[in-house]
Formats: sequence, structure tokens, C-alpha cells
Amino acid sequence: MSSDSLSLALIGSGGAGVMTAGQTLLDAAAACGLYGLMTRATGPQIRGGEAAAILRLSSEPVECQDDRLDVLLAIDWNKAERFADELILDANSRIIADPGQGQAPEWVRTSGARVLDVPLSELVKNHRGTRANTIAVGLLSHWIGLDNARTENTVRGILESKGARLVDAAIAGLQLGFSQARELPELPQTLPAAGAARERWLISGNEAVGLGALRAGVRFCAAYPITPSTEIQEWLAVHLPAVGGTLVQAEDELASINMCLGASFGGVPAITATSGPGFSLMVEALGLASQAEIPMVVVDVMRGGPSTGIPTRSEQADLNIAIHGAHGDAPRLVLAPNSIGDCVSTTEWAVHLAEALQTPAVVLSDQRLGQGRAAIPSPPPARWQAQRKLTTDTGESFRRFADSSDGISPMSLPGMAGGEYTATGLSHMASGRPSASGSDHRRQLDKRRRKLQAFDFGKQWADIEGDGDTAVLTWGSTTLAAREAVTRLRAKGQSVRLVSIRLLSPLDTGALEEALAPVKRLLIVEQSHGGQFHRYLRSLIDLPAHTRVLARPGPLNIGPGEIARAIQSLCLEEAA
Amino acid sequence: MSSAVEKQISILGHKDFKSDYKPVWCAGCGDFGVLNALTKAMAALELQPENVAMIAGIGCSSRIPAYTSVYGFHGVHGRALPLAAGLAISRPDLTVIATGGDGDGFSIGGNHFLHACRRNVDMTYLVMDNTVYGMTKGQASPTTECDWTGSKLSPQGTGQPPLQPLEIALAAGAPYIARAFSNSPNDLARTMAEALSFRGFSFVQILSPCITFRPDQLGWKKRVHAGFEATDNRAAAFAALADDDGFTTGTLYRAPRPCHASARAEETTVQAIQDQFGVKT
Repeated sequence: MSSDSLSLALIGSGGAGVMTAGQTLLDAAAACGLYGLMTRATGPQIRGGEAAAILRLSSEPVECQDDRLDVLLAIDWNKAERFADELILDANSRIIADPGQGQAPEWVRTSGARVLDVPLSELVKNHRGTRANTIAVGLLSHWIGLDNARTENTVRGILESKGARLVDAAIAGLQLGFSQARELPELPQTLPAAGAARERWLISGNEAVGLGALRAGVRFCAAYPITPSTEIQEWLAVHLPAVGGTLVQAEDELASINMCLGASFGGVPAITATSGPGFSLMVEALGLASQAEIPMVVVDVMRGGPSTGIPTRSEQADLNIAIHGAHGDAPRLVLAPNSIGDCVSTTEWAVHLAEALQTPAVVLSDQRLGQGRAAIPSPPPARWQAQRKLTTDTGESFRRFADSSDGISPMSLPGMAGGEYTATGLSHMASGRPSASGSDHRRQLDKRRRKLQAFDFGKQWADIEGDGDTAVLTWGSTTLAAREAVTRLRAKGQSVRLVSIRLLSPLDTGALEEALAPVKRLLIVEQSHGGQFHRYLRSLIDLPAHTRVLARPGPLNIGPGEIARAIQSLCLEEAA
Repeated sequence: MSSAVEKQISILGHKDFKSDYKPVWCAGCGDFGVLNALTKAMAALELQPENVAMIAGIGCSSRIPAYTSVYGFHGVHGRALPLAAGLAISRPDLTVIATGGDGDGFSIGGNHFLHACRRNVDMTYLVMDNTVYGMTKGQASPTTECDWTGSKLSPQGTGQPPLQPLEIALAAGAPYIARAFSNSPNDLARTMAEALSFRGFSFVQILSPCITFRPDQLGWKKRVHAGFEATDNRAAAFAALADDDGFTTGTLYRAPRPCHASARAEETTVQAIQDQFGVKT
């Protein structure tokens, strides 16, 4: 895949407009018929820290970053040394830098990449109203071969609401960039030609989660802002009221999740979005939702942890708390989207399952997916709707937590005469009446477990691709790099099976064992320090004897090349 | 309002609002009076049980939803107000009542109390204040006097001034604030009916004795006296609180202001929103 795509990064101080520039370039590329992905890497500062927009453009759908960069443009070198581990340059890479911003940091100088000077700050000084980031967009756009007119149109579209003066200044900046690019030597790597015009979307993972929630029928959100999940709330704040719903900015995460439980108790499907530290605070109410059988969805856009961790960077280390967090036995649904487009469908499915099973559902996204923005093939139309089993019998015989073979008790909602009951976090009988009796406790625990065990989750539990006796097993955003690794090996004639688990809990152990039955060599890939996913799997099934784990904490992404090498050494190990 | 309430109380059977659960409360607990007054108030307002939801946290008083025949939610400690707010915002057709005690409401739930006053969701918050933690057997609460030595956890007294719920509610922006006494059932029912009818966040501190851990509270009967006169003037309300001995009852403050917005009418479709993501070439 490497040769069919072009990888670029823009870096600069926070506030220099790096993200806007990256996004504009992605939009322009999409308008030219390309697919692409932009991920963000930033420091914790609001202004003045380091920032990188990392882009990959391709004629085919692409959702993970490459192992190296073709082009790096530095508006300035502020704290750029912090990117040494993740922006990988080589002799074929080209660097564009402003000589007025001082010398390139050591990792750039020793990479062998060729540095080309463009006096960005001087150009800005000589052309009133222009900005370095707009000039950079023009320069990169022309240099990599995007259509100048389409880039101009894209910028017009973005800025049109802000007035003609701003648009004119931006176009002037773009044109300065175009002419600078004409002076530069040609790139060793050319931009792949646009494929046939197909319908595609430009969307971020966080927006996709919000859209999935709306499509499934969510009409209430209470949330407390936290990086990197806030864009979900911001998106819903605009769009929920437009479809007759409500968003509340709560005073904290405890309030957020409890407000959602209140709304859902009233029959309105509800969602909250948070990240690790906020999720920790919500765990108590997750137990309540399980005990009181109130559906709701919590989206945890994971960041580095524990504690405050790394707010702006990705990790997959909230798996343990998502599956096991809360005291007592509190079964819940844990799902993970494995691409930006899949954030739509998986959130939809989570809402559907939570409502159908009257159980809380956790959606584990992460910073890479959530703040990543991509031009993707348009996702499939809505498949999953909130559908709650309501009681039709609100007479004397109505028991809110009545036992049944599927464990799902038809529910009553406020407003339904005769269905009055008290939902409670106390152990209770079928009527809902609190009970300290061991047998009542056991009966309801059995019922709540049974409703998850008896439910037919279908084939949606995992994405299984390819065949062969070597497999990569992963989940969430690491799927994207794993999929590309498998594709690269397949191109070399090696068959590798990819198993990406979407429904992490309850895990369909039978189906997973079946998927792994022909597998002799297994590589487990996860972005966590302690190998949480591997331990979880081992607690539920027997893994093939020849199993290796590629587990690394965030924020350094596990790239496709690294996974491909790990698979190859797995095969060599056995040969030796 | 008050005469109508009295008339209704005598006509309507408030027992229809009671469930057949036997309360866990000790004999002589003030919360029995609260339950009676509340069912009277609901009957007087001619509410339908299915259109009322009682939301509580944890503690003796938080058990009250189950003792009524309305919809109830007995949640986790301190979180009655957010539960109730979520329900009231998304279901503005319901009468939503949050209930609890001084520990649940002012200690673990203190932050939510501040923000519920500010947020002004249309609901009622009834706090049964007995200045002690009953369910965990007699520890000091935020409203306990600083020199009370009856708890094994604070044998020297708390050494902290008791929290003043009415002052805090007023400072935080609650538009309706009242105090009542559980041993004066008709006055209490009247105040509750007024609070339930108020459009916005109404807060009633109910002095509700715990004679198990605070037998001295039997003496509250003699100390309680009517005195607050409803005002919409914040300065006047603060002045009334300056002279308050903690046992003045009545409506302290009543100043309606716009409520937190509930769900609006649909303006667009999900499909139209989704179409915005399509790439324009």
C-alpha cells in the first residue's frame, strides 16, 4: 500500500493553524476524488505547544498512517523534537522549512531527508493579510499535484460564511503557495491518480459516533467536556435539538451518566461521551444501570492512562475497566468500532443492543479514531434502531423484572398507568421490591446474565478476513494497521487471517474458537502496556500454543510495517 | 391556593398514592410525616400516579419512592438530582420529585445541589433534614451542629459550622425556597403542593427528626415557628435568613425565572444532517 499513497505532515506551534491547514488539504484531496486520513498529534498546551497534522492520501480507501513520511512541512520548529519517535523520515522524504525559523532539529537533520527552504514568514510579512498556514496549503496542494482550482474552491467553501475579505486573503495566500511550489524540485513520490468517482464522506470518528447515535434514535445526551471526546458532545449539541432531542452540559461525569439514566428511565434513548478519567467516575452508575436494567450508552474515547495520562494521544488501555469496572457482578455490553466509518454503525449497534437488552453499553473509541478525520467510502445506511421491549400488560400481574427464558423483562415507562414501579440499585425481586434474600439476589443475577448469553448477536461480533493458519487478532483502531499489514503480506503471496473483535463483551467464545480453529500461529496486537486484551482472551478461551503479543502503550501508534514484521518473525520462529 | 389545598385534602383519598411497602423507618421517624404530607399534596393537586416520578439517592429518606404508588427511581448515593433532571428535561410532561436526606443532598450530592439551583429544571427537591446520618447509624452530617458529640466518628464534635441549605440555595440561584416541619402535616402538605405547582426548581428543606440517633430532636416541636414570608427580593430573603434560627418555616423566596430548556420540536431530519458529510466535488 505504501507506494500507492502519499504521506505528509504539517507541524508548528499550537495556534499556528496546522490542523486547519491539514483539514483543508484533506478536503481538497477528497474534492479531487482521492481518499485520505488525517490524524492529530498535539501537546497538552492550548496555545504554543507542538502540533502535527499527519495526512495520508490515496486512490483507495486508507485509514491508517504509513510507517514513514514523504513530506514534512514545518511552519516552525517549536518543540518539534517531541515528534522524533512518530514522524519517521528517510532519504526519500522531503522537508519544507522556513530558514527564518532556525535550524531543523537533529532527528530531521540525521534522517537523510532533503531539506528545501521556503521563506514562509517573509512571504507573510510582504503580503498583508496572508497566513503561513494558507500558503503552506497552496504549496503542498500544488506540489503533490492536486488541482489548484479545486483547492481554491474548497477554501472558498470553508470560509464563505466569514466574509469576502477573508476569502480573498486566503486565495492570495494559496496562490503564493502555488507559485512557491513551482520553484521546488519535483517530489520523488507522485500522488496516486484519483479513482473512479464514488460517493464518499468526509467525517471524523467523533462526528461518526454522534451520527450513529442520532441514526439509532438517541434523543438525549448529558456530558462533561473532556479531551479527546468533546467533539462528540459539540456535534450533538448542534444536531440533537434539531431532531427534537436535548443535550445538557452537566456539572461533572457523575451527573452526566445519571442524567442519562433518568432520561432513559423515562423512555428516551440516551448517550454520554467521555474519556478515561471521566469514565472512571461513571463506573458506579454503570453498576446501577446494570442492576436497575436501564439502557444507555457510554462512549469512552480512550487516551493515555492511568489517571490524567496523556489527554491528547491514543491508547487502548481502558479495556479492563470497560469490561470489569463496577463492584459486584455487573454485566454490560462492550463494543469497539474498528474504523472511522465503523464508528457510525457500531454506535448504532450499541444503542440497539443497550435498548433491546436493557443493559448499559460501552463504546470504546480512542483518540486516533475520534480525532482522526477521513475521506471514506460512505458507510452503509442505518441498520440498527433503538427498540425497547415495553410491557403491554400493566395490570395486577405486571412484574417489572419478571423472569423469562431470554431474561428480558418487558418494561413500563412513566406515563403508563398500572406500570408504576421503583427502579433500584438494591437487589430486588421480580416486582422491583428490594430484597436481601440470597435466592432473590441469585435469581436476578442469573436473569441479567442470561439476557446477554441468550441473545443472538449475529455475525457482527467481529470482522474476519482472509484465511490461512497464521492470524492477527486485534480490536478497535489497531485493526486499521493490522489490516494493512495483512494486505501487504498478501501482496507478497502470504496468506494471513485477520480477526478484529467488535463485540468485546459478552465475547462470543464459540465463534472466536471457530475462527481460530485452523490457526497455528497467532499474533495479538493491542495498544496497551499490560496486554489487557491478551489477558482477557486467555481468561475466556484457550489460545493457539504459538501465540505472540505485540502490545505497546500509547501514544506511539503500532504501524502496519511493524505488524507485518511481527507476523513474519512469528512464522520464522516456528520454522527455526 | 392554600384553601383549595385544604379542601382537596379532605375530599381526596391520599392513600391511593401509597404503596403497600412497609417503610424501613424507625417508629417515630419524622419521614412518616413527610410521606403522609406528600401523598396528601399529590392527591390535592389531582395528579395521576403514572404521571409522577419520585427520584432518590441513598439513605433512610431516599427509600421514600418505593412507599408511594408513583414511578420511582432509587439510584446511587448523592445522584438523585441528576437522575431527576435527566428525566424532567426529557419528559416535561411528568411531575418529577427528587427526594433525599441531608447527607445525600448536601454532602456527597452537594455539587449537584448547587448546579440544580442554577440550572432551574422544572422539578421539586424535598430534603428530609435530620442533621444526622441515620442509615449508617448516627454520624454527623453537613447540617449537624459543630459541638454535637453523639457520633463515634466525631467524639469531640465536628468543629465545623453547619451548612446552611437555604442560604446556599438562595446564593446558587434557586427560584423557589421553603422550609417546613414534618410534624405539621397540613402546613407541610400545603408547602409541598405549592412547590410542586411552581414552574421551575423548587427546594423544600423539611425538618424531619431522627429520634433514634438524635432523641434531642423531640424538642424541635417547641422550637419550630412560622415566620418566612414569600418574597421575590433576594436581599429581603437574605435578610430574613440573617435573623433565622434554623427553625423558621414558610416560603422564603419565590421568584420564577426561565427554566432549563427541554426537548424542542423537530426542525430537520437525521437524513438531512447525514447528507452534510457527503463530499462535494
